Amino acid sequence: MDLLTTARSPWGESIFTHISWSLFWASLVGGLLFLLAHGGYMLFSQHRKRPSEEVDRLERERAGLPSHLTRHGFVARAFHWVMAVAMLALLFTGFLPIVGVRFAWVQWHWMAGLLLTASILFHTVHATVFLDFWSIWVGPKDLPEIKTEILREMGRDDLPGPRPGKYPLGNRLYHLAVMVAGLIVIATGIMMMWRVRTGIVDRNPYLFSDVTWGLTYVGHGLMGVGFVGLVIAHIYFALRPEKLWITKAMIFGTITRREYLENHDPDRWVPDNARNKNVA
Amino acid sequence: MPAFELVQPGSVTDALGVLNRHGADAWVMAGGMDTFDWLKDRIKKPRVVVDLGMINDLRGIKDSGGGLEIGAMTTLTTIANDPMVKQRFPLLAEAALIVASPQIRNQGTLGGNVSQDARCWYYRAGWPCYRAGGNICYADTPTAVNREHAIFNADRCVAVNPSDTAPALIALDAQFVIKNGDNERVVGADEFFIGPGIDITRLTSLRPGDLLTAIRIPATFAGKAHYFEKVRDRQVWDFALVNIAASMNVSGPTISDARMVVNGVSATPYRLNNVEAFIKGKARDKATADQAADMAVEGAVTLRHNAYKVPLMKALVKRAIRGDAAWTS
Repeated sequence: MDLLTTARSPWGESIFTHISWSLFWASLVGGLLFLLAHGGYMLFSQHRKRPSEEVDRLERERAGLPSHLTRHGFVARAFHWVMAVAMLALLFTGFLPIVGVRFAWVQWHWMAGLLLTASILFHTVHATVFLDFWSIWVGPKDLPEIKTEILREMGRDDLPGPRPGKYPLGNRLYHLAVMVAGLIVIATGIMMMWRVRTGIVDRNPYLFSDVTWGLTYVGHGLMGVGFVGLVIAHIYFALRPEKLWITKAMIFGTITRREYLENHDPDRWVPDNARNKNVA
Repeated sequence: MPAFELVQPGSVTDALGVLNRHGADAWVMAGGMDTFDWLKDRIKKPRVVVDLGMINDLRGIKDSGGGLEIGAMTTLTTIANDPMVKQRFPLLAEAALIVASPQIRNQGTLGGNVSQDARCWYYRAGWPCYRAGGNICYADTPTAVNREHAIFNADRCVAVNPSDTAPALIALDAQFVIKNGDNERVVGADEFFIGPGIDITRLTSLRPGDLLTAIRIPATFAGKAHYFEKVRDRQVWDFALVNIAASMNVSGPTISDARMVVNGVSATPYRLNNVEAFIKGKARDKATADQAADMAVEGAVTLRHNAYKVPLMKALVKRAIRGDAAWTS
């Protein structure tokens, strides 16, 4: 089975044309198997969060905190849901025809792609200027947390509970994967706007060489099928009982004081409406 | 030609069994007029060719309550000469009569004519275009030779439907009987043809395992006003640059109902819905024809070499509405 399809160009070159759509099924099945595996693991493992005695102590120490703390402002939430709609529209318009649901999908696909691109541009500016830009990134400072998380997963219950800042480690790693895949899929998607009639740019299929176009389509396809698995995992985690507080925060914007102290390190992340109220 | 396994079933049931067994590996051959181009050029290399030539049940023209049921393997010559077709649906007889050459009409079938693949030479030459599963349309580039290509509904691919009988059948509101295994589905002519937006690698809704067995034409437009005209580069053995098929119910000077279809301008026969709505209740005269012609070409997007299709199509629409004598007949 060829994972990438090739063809011979009119100039005799062997060029890539697409990915094999069997990779779509691989990503779909892989995503679903991950759900089963993770769900099973969670059934048999004790989910760990900060011990309740420790949270009680923290609550006493930080009694001045508001009862509800802002986790996501309105603008950040609006961006998230616009991006979610665009992403789902892209996946459905891109892959429904592959599974046999036939419709004129191209126009909807590139329009959703433009919406996604615009929302990502907005997000980049908004996160850079108005949010704590580095809070979502994974870097050397997170190595102790990564090490602790791994050891705790391996049964070291004596190690201290989760100490993330605003975003848990899983969130940050997921963001990194989505960012890489997203940038590639957007860059290749924008290039492909010159291959179809959009009315926005003058169509020019000879803008790049056949080899470059082939790599563009392959890159777009690989990241596209990658997103199938990533989105399945994202929705799964958003719906898991122990993660629902994060999902609710993405809808309503706030978390309770106890959720905050239970899941975050108050020294690494102070919500906007808790500044100067974090009194002992 | 590349080697293939030749199967010549003697009945529809046997043919369906073979098609089901081989799925996408099987190539259905009617008269062979399209098939042998592909095979001899070694562009398509099917593992199994299913020749329908031995199935007598797929041939013939039957009366059907004032309409007709035509077997998919009925030859174009038979259709062009059939008294019932000529009397009730002269539009279809004319369309069949000017397909290609006498030899091709003797061998070519109605089912094959409506199911034939696109004639875009970039595609037929075996280049990896969208229609061939690639990611480019070589005909829609700044330097392409695209005189014969689409002016409507292009979606990445700009190939056109080449059939002469297809627009006639849509104008007659025909239905296509398709069998697959034990299942039978009947689709309107409008739905039988699909554009690149829906599936860029096919011109029809036929899928692996499907067999077009018959085409039913209702009595709706039997004996009404019909018009067919085909414009081509030479008067024999050529595909249409543009053709038009129209059937109209005319009461006195007024058009009470009409179906008009143009082919050679889009990947599917292009039905002129706005024109049909406009001319209903109007006089069949020059003023109506002139206005309808302008409406017919609304939304046309031309390529480098095919802008001539716009005035050509307008002229054909005018002539069809006025009922001029078709100069190709």
